[in-house]
Amino acid sequence: MKFLSQLISGISLGSIYSLIALGYTMVYGIAKMLNFAHGDVIMIGAFVIYTMCVTAGVPTIISVLIAIVFCTILGVTIERFAYKPLRQATSLAVLITAIGVSYLLQNIALLIFGSDTKSFTSVVNIEPISFAGGELVISGETIVTIVVSVIIMIALVIFVNKTKPGKAMLAVSEDKGAAQLMGINVNGTIALTFAIGSALAAIAGALLCSTYPALSPYTGAMPGIKAFVAAVLGGIGSIPGAMIGGIVLGVIENLSKGYISSQLSDAIVFAVLVIVLLVRPTGIMGKKINEKV
Amino acid sequence: MAMLEVRDLNVYFGVIQAIKNISFDVDAGEVVALIGANGAGKTTTLHTVTGLLPAASGKITLDGKDLGKVPAHKIVSMGMAHVPEGRRVFAALSVYDNLKMGAFTRKDKKEIEESLEMVFEAFPRLKERRNQVAGTLSGGEQQMLAMGRALMSKPRIILMDEPSMGLSPLYVTEIFEIIKKIKSEGTTVLLVEQNANMALQIADRAYVLETGRIIMDGKASDLMNDERVRKAYLGA
Repeated sequence: MKFLSQLISGISLGSIYSLIALGYTMVYGIAKMLNFAHGDVIMIGAFVIYTMCVTAGVPTIISVLIAIVFCTILGVTIERFAYKPLRQATSLAVLITAIGVSYLLQNIALLIFGSDTKSFTSVVNIEPISFAGGELVISGETIVTIVVSVIIMIALVIFVNKTKPGKAMLAVSEDKGAAQLMGINVNGTIALTFAIGSALAAIAGALLCSTYPALSPYTGAMPGIKAFVAAVLGGIGSIPGAMIGGIVLGVIENLSKGYISSQLSDAIVFAVLVIVLLVRPTGIMGKKINEKV
Repeated sequence: MAMLEVRDLNVYFGVIQAIKNISFDVDAGEVVALIGANGAGKTTTLHTVTGLLPAASGKITLDGKDLGKVPAHKIVSMGMAHVPEGRRVFAALSVYDNLKMGAFTRKDKKEIEESLEMVFEAFPRLKERRNQVAGTLSGGEQQMLAMGRALMSKPRIILMDEPSMGLSPLYVTEIFEIIKKIKSEGTTVLLVEQNANMALQIADRAYVLETGRIIMDGKASDLMNDERVRKAYLGA
């Protein structure tokens, strides 16, 4: 029963990683950049909910919606002012800018909210369910996290493969020039990708802080890095890869916490990254990169 | 007024001037060839015409409309399609999805289906392979797909960049037959080719490009008999 309970909370944590990893992987697929500020958008989203809910007393669901809208606008704004002017720049310049934006967001939060850890009130209002006479208890947060993540992932797969803007994303991620020749607005498509990624980050922020209710300006940093590991694990640029990578990572992390050592769990997670990169550099679902002839 | 007019065009790559003050016209219904050696600026010219590269100076007009301020993604809905060098099909998408991508800006669902049928008629092999992933097609099939994809936008003028490059002789013949067919259906073609021999055979007129300059132009049949062209480009 302990194993099952660890597994289920691992899947729940992993679903959150997946949601964050999707933002990383979609942005990488389309703009060919690693948006290291992505993790901090989660933290901003959580602070928006915290401010609305705890300070202003706005109903939970409305706070979450406001956070989603806020993060979407934030993501698009970051892209417009920090990354778009660097479209022709070297990838190193873009990477450094992304790290800069990450520190900017953290320090803005530090300035407004201070460095002390706030206790976040869960956005989930569902009683835990117990199985096998109370031996296995699944919290409401876990259930909501898994259900919400599954719905989002299905919706995202349908969006990308079945709708016109989704297909435009696929085309842009493969060949920006050819996509333009088809009449696809590349800048618009990149902005849309940042919007979706940031909206998912806000949802991930709500779920993450509901499960682990401690919120500080650095809350987003570690999950952000882990989601990046998940994206690489799954094969960066691949949407199903990010989903699988996130869940695998969450399960590994939770099982290591439960059976090996909670102090070592992060080390184990990153060791997995190193091993995957050694054995299969393109990740689980990654494509081989073929040079164009 | 010609359908496509290029006047005094200059294009730079950093400090290097790739296109030096070139002017040319393409009239409606014509096949015009741009021939020249590797590095003469043929591909650069096409990329500038469809907005993938910025011009330093000069004027490009389509049906009299200045394309100077038009972003690349608005060009195709103005009736100009571009089959890029190296085909650049979307390798991870199916043949069918690639063709649908060609009709991205069109909203006329019923007519898109008709265009699709026409493309499948012109390229039966694409119909056979409609569900195959484009990256697994042969070079010749990818070229056909790139051309079919361009036709899906219902262009009035189509720019083709080295359609014969890297293809077996059998495919080269087939591709040129298709270009003739496109012309016979009333679509204007601007053709860039290293294979000057084939290009001059199907073109009405041609321009010879050398290190960024147009050094000669005229009727394709005249150029084919020109001593200098024969020596430099036809290997005679």
